[in-house]
Parts: sequence; structure tokens; C-alpha cells
Amino acid sequence: MNSAGVDSPLLRCSDLSKYYGRQPGCIDVSFELWPGEVLAIVGESGSGKTTLLNCLSANLEPTSGTVEYAMRDGTMPNLFDLGEAERRFLMRTDWGFVHQNPADGLRMAVSAGANVGERLMAVGERHYGKIRHSASDWLERVEIETGRIDDYPRTFSGGMRQRLQIACNLISAPRLVFMDEPTGGLDVSVQARILDLLRGLVSDLGLSVIVVTHDLAVARLLSHRMMVMKDGRVIESGLTDQVLDDPQEAYSQLLVSSILQV
Amino acid sequence: MKQENFYNFAYLDEQTKRMIRRAILKAIAIPGYQVPFASREMPMPYGWGTGGVQVTASIIGKDDVLKMIDQGSDDTTNAVALRGFFELTAGVESTTETSEASIIQTRHRIPEDDLTEDQVIVFQVPIPEPLRFLEPRETETRKMHALEEYGLMHVKLYEDIATHGHIATSYAYPVKVMDRYVMDPSPTPKFDNPKMHKMAALQLYGAGREKRIYAIPPYTDVVSLDFEDYPFSVQEWPDTECGLCGATEVYFDEVVTDDHGGRMFCCSDSDYCEKRRAAGHTGKQPDQAAEV
Amino acid sequence: MITEPVLRLSDVSKSFTMHLRGGISLPVFEDVAFAVHAGECVVLTGPSGIGKSSILKMIYGNYRTQKGNIVVKSQLTETDIVSASAREIMTLRRNTIGYISQFLRVIPRISALDIVAGAAVEQGRDKSLAQAAAASVLSRLNVPEKLWHLPPATFSGGEQQRVNIARGFVAEYPILLLDEPTASLDAANRAVVVELIEEKKAAGCAIVGIFHDADVRDEVADRTIDVTEYSVSAAA
Repeated sequence: MNSAGVDSPLLRCSDLSKYYGRQPGCIDVSFELWPGEVLAIVGESGSGKTTLLNCLSANLEPTSGTVEYAMRDGTMPNLFDLGEAERRFLMRTDWGFVHQNPADGLRMAVSAGANVGERLMAVGERHYGKIRHSASDWLERVEIETGRIDDYPRTFSGGMRQRLQIACNLISAPRLVFMDEPTGGLDVSVQARILDLLRGLVSDLGLSVIVVTHDLAVARLLSHRMMVMKDGRVIESGLTDQVLDDPQEAYSQLLVSSILQV
Repeated sequence: MKQENFYNFAYLDEQTKRMIRRAILKAIAIPGYQVPFASREMPMPYGWGTGGVQVTASIIGKDDVLKMIDQGSDDTTNAVALRGFFELTAGVESTTETSEASIIQTRHRIPEDDLTEDQVIVFQVPIPEPLRFLEPRETETRKMHALEEYGLMHVKLYEDIATHGHIATSYAYPVKVMDRYVMDPSPTPKFDNPKMHKMAALQLYGAGREKRIYAIPPYTDVVSLDFEDYPFSVQEWPDTECGLCGATEVYFDEVVTDDHGGRMFCCSDSDYCEKRRAAGHTGKQPDQAAEV
Repeated sequence: MITEPVLRLSDVSKSFTMHLRGGISLPVFEDVAFAVHAGECVVLTGPSGIGKSSILKMIYGNYRTQKGNIVVKSQLTETDIVSASAREIMTLRRNTIGYISQFLRVIPRISALDIVAGAAVEQGRDKSLAQAAAASVLSRLNVPEKLWHLPPATFSGGEQQRVNIARGFVAEYPILLLDEPTASLDAANRAVVVELIEEKKAAGCAIVGIFHDADVRDEVADRTIDVTEYSVSAAA
């Protein structure tokens, strides 16, 4: 199916640990992410999943261990051996980051169109007409009326803001998107629509995704594989349906049994 | 009482001047880069040009001839006050004639006449950081300058076009210096931006409250940012000429002349206008000269 | 000609450890061993709760296997599900092993036709061909055409079940796992499912199934395996 790059992982995390002083954030995490895979990291608050996500996305330097990433030129350097300029370039081209709070990923004081177009301008697009065309195209793809292209995100509802944030990230055709609780704090019906949209985009674009969530339903709907974290360690990992249907570890069983049945 | 006894030459002590000169040299070496400096308290409020005054005080010598302009004019409050300050503390000669001056300190205009290699123009800068309004974190904007991440500057211009149909930024219009640093040319009208490009005179920018100095050495490339399909252009006043001297290709002030709605346009650069009138040029409302 | 089995289970055991109930271990069965050849339908029998569904889920990689081997042969490769990586199992699920249960996991906002065609598209079939095949199976299973372009979330239980069955049969899996696909179907649709199974067998598909309904079982089964034989009595 997907031909290029399928025979090697996109990201390889090896023995990654992050300590805050003596307090561990995450400990000895190793895994590989392959092109087109969606990996969910689940666990309760304080389990280290956000620390791990921040290390993987090069926002936080780990205490030890490496995160290697398959660059477009075929090399696979450790992110923390790259210069900051290269890392930041990756972040705004080949990667996306969808924050739980859209305000963290958007510029609330500039229009929706400028938000969506920013990545294009950042890589040197200097044609207003083309930028605007791409921006309205992406607004449509995330189901925001193109007539609202000049409105400010602060006039948008929570769900619309989140969809706008998604468009801002995907316009640069990233290969890897990090998501931190992408539906946290939204109404259930709004959540469903976002998840739906993400599912469609992820499979249409063949994106690789690492999504952190405490919501197992989100993991079930979006991810192929999942890792369960507790006290900074990955205690169980496997296919999402396998971990959810036949959890092995005591904590995973507790987590699964705590899902509210509707 | 002879006031000059109370002050060091040009008010600042010599150590401070050395510190500021070092910052100026660094700024000249890295065109467009904002060099931090230990800005002093000056005997005037922030916003009155404390940055420009410190730069001028550090480079001025006894033989210099100083011109002080405020919005193009030699006669407005700020210009008069600061000229008085240097007359008092340095005792240097001052002039209103652009061509006579060796140092021109300006608030928000570049004179209409071309400057020469023998001149230095000092700008008073309120906010030196062009990225400030889109990215308030100073740590982040410094990183953006270091890594040449200037996409955000175009976000601002995009917003202008989206809102107004054209790039409506008409002053403090961002420029790229020597194809490296994006710089705020202080709130000069964008009409003056082309004059900055390959200017023969040294341009120094001082921001007192923000404690930054930056510079453009003579004959440096200065390009105003724009879009391919919305290229940079300067303000135009079609069918308008100076009411006093009849000039057309200049930056105009609009002046209310009476309380019956009477008004006229005249050169913002007062010295330029006077020179033209002295040379015999005349506009349609020459009798208003005394009012302006 | 004697062919290699496409699916072989040896010494397969399953127990559940219930950490939330003091860590008690519930053994289900031990040393299950059987092989399935292409074109053959093997039916698992035994009373409910004996672990028939668990065996299917273990073959599909949905349940963990504590002991033994589950070897799947596809084209030139052999994969042991028990030790395979998540990625290998995902590939097998896309290309080799299909699983049909009576429950549809509804995907919101995707039409029934696209859900059914989706499995074949994932295998690389042309979208229009896949949709034509999907339409054919849906009409054979008597899903009214006016529903095809609607998401199945609002369908009746029986309609959802038939959409799910259609999805499993449209794709071309060499191995098909059927977990009571005919439960609660009416006689006419049951007969269609039997037909579909026969067609798959004829096409060389290896099938492992569980059928509550004795008539269906007798019609499609080439062999039956009584899971009771492997059962570990809780009392023992």
C-alpha cells in the first residue's frame, strides 16, 4: 500500500528517561513508531505521559536516552544532536503539535486565515493569493465555513478552535503529529466530531500520530497501538484492541474496568 | 550661573559613553541586530527620545553640527527641547539646515534631501522589536531573530491585506537588512523606507526604555517586506502639492489653517520647504507660511 | 496433493489473571492443537463459556496467548501470532486474517457502503471495484439500497450485523474467523451467509467458525473440534 519508507521506522525512542531533579518524569521508555501508525499513550495524570510526549517532540531534553527521527533525506539522527534551528524547522514543517488548549497552538489575535497560513509563510511562501487559497481549502477540510477566514479565533467555539488548530498543523503536510489530549475539555458531541475528523484525516493523509490521552475511548477510536504508563514507566503495550480487551497488568485492568459504560 | 560647569560634555559621563560606543560598534558590525545596552536615566521622560539622546551624546564632539527634527520639523516641541539640551550640555553648534549638519537626530522622519557619507542620522525608537505585537515573549523573539524565523512578519502583512485589501501598515514598516535581520525602522512613515536602502550616511537607532541600539552602516541593502502579488509601495498624494513651495514628490503634513474648515498640505520636512521657497518656488497658499 | 495448513495451533493455552479480584487465575483451556487448510471450514463446538470465542480472538491477536504457537502462513512467510509484533499483526489483519462477529463497531459519519468497501480498499483494491463488490454483497444480504449511503449508527441491530458481515466477506482474506455471524439472523439471510461461506471455501479460504445454529453448522462444517476436550475444569 504505502510504498516509500514503510521498511523503516519513522521514530525510534530508546531508553528514554527524564528526571526533574530526583523526581522521575518518565523512565526507560523504548519503542518504535512506523509510518502510518497511530500510537496512543494512556495513563492517569502524573503517569509521565506528557513528559514523554514533550521529550519525543523535542520540547524537553531528556536526562538520558535518544529519540531518533527519519529525516526526509533518509538519515535518522538523534533529535538532541540536531541544532536548535533544525529542530525548530522540523517542528513547523514535518511535524504537527495539537495542544489540548487551542489557545496554546493558535495566535488568538490574528485571523483564522493567517493562523492557518503561518506555516506556509514560515517556509518562505510569499504569494498572498496562494496562501489564502490554501488556507481556505484547509478551513473547508476541517469543516469551518470559509466565510470565517478573516474572523479571529477568539470568536470561535471550543470545537472550532480545535479544528482550526488541526488545520494550522496539517497545512504543511507533516509526517508526524503529536497530540496532547486533543479532545480534552470539550463537550461529548463536539469531541465525537473532532475524533471523527481526525480519524478521517489521519487515514487519508497516512499520518503517523502519537496521541496522549487519559480517555480510553479516544485511544480506541484513533489508535492502532497503545502504551499504558504508570509512575513514569510503560507497563503494558500492544495493539489497542488487545490491550483494551485483554489487559494483562493489574493497573491496565483497573484502567479498563474504570471506563464508564454508557 | 554658567550651566556647563555642572555637566560633563554632552551630559553623560565618559564611561557611559564608552559603553554606548561599544554597543554602537557592535550594532554597526551586525547590521539590523538589536544590541542591548545599559540605558541610563536621562533628565527627560521615556518617550521623549532618551535612546536617541544617549546615542547622540556618545558620538558627538565639539566640532559637530547638530540638527534636531521632530516629524520632519525643526520647530516642534521635541526638537526644540532636545536641541536646547545639547546646546546647554555640549555647547555645540546647531543648525536647521540638513546639508550643514554632521549629526541629525530625528523623531520619525528622514530628510527629503539625500544624506552624505559625512553625516550620521540618529533615530529615536520607542519599540525596537518588530515581532513584538505578534509574539510578546522576548525570549522567543530573540530566538526567532537568531534562527531567521521571520514567517510571523508576513503574518502581520497578511492580516493587513485580509482586513484592508492592501498592506495598510504605513509607518514602522518592517525591513530586512543585508538579507539577514528583520528590523523596525522606528515609526518613520514607509515613505522614507526607500531612503534607507544604500544610504550614504550611517544610520543609528536608539531605544532608551527598551535598552537597545541597532544600526545600518552606509550603503547597506535594506528591503521592505512584501508579498509577490502585493508589492511594497510608498504613500502617494495624487494631484497634491505643497501649499507653500509647490513641491510634489515629498511627504506631506495636512495642516488646518482656520476654524472654517480651511486646510492645506505642506512639506513635512520644514528645512526642505524653506530651501525651495528661498530658491523662488512657491505654492498656492504662500501667505499661510507664518501659521505653519 | 498434500498442502501445508495455512493456520496451525499447537499447545495453545489461555488463562485470565484477574488482578482486581486478588490476582486469581482463571484457566480456560490447555494445549489446544489443530490445523486448518485452505478451502476448509473448521467449526469449534462446546457449551458457552468454554472458550470458543477466546480461541478466535487469540488467532486474531485480540487476546494474548500465554503458551503455545499460532502459526499463520501467508504467501511465503510464516508468522507466529503469539510472538508477533503489533505491527506484524496489523499487516496480517489487513491482508490475511478477517474476523467477523455479530457486533459492528460503528464508525460515525461513514456510509455503510464505504465501511463495507473499506476493507477491500485497504487491501489495495480499486475503490470503484470495491464499491461494486460491496453493493453486491449488501444487496444479497437484503440491506435496502436506500441505507447504503447512510452511516449505520442509526440502523437496526440486524442491519448493522449484516453490514458487518458484508465487510468481512468483501475483502479477500485467505483466513476468515467467524464468531457466530448468523446469530439472530432470519432464515433467508442465514441462507445467504451459508452461500457466502461456501463461495469463500470454494475460493480457497480457510475458515474457523463458531455457529450457534446446528443447521448452519452442519451445512458449512468440514470438521468440528470440541473445545470441551481441552477445557481446564475450574474445580480441578
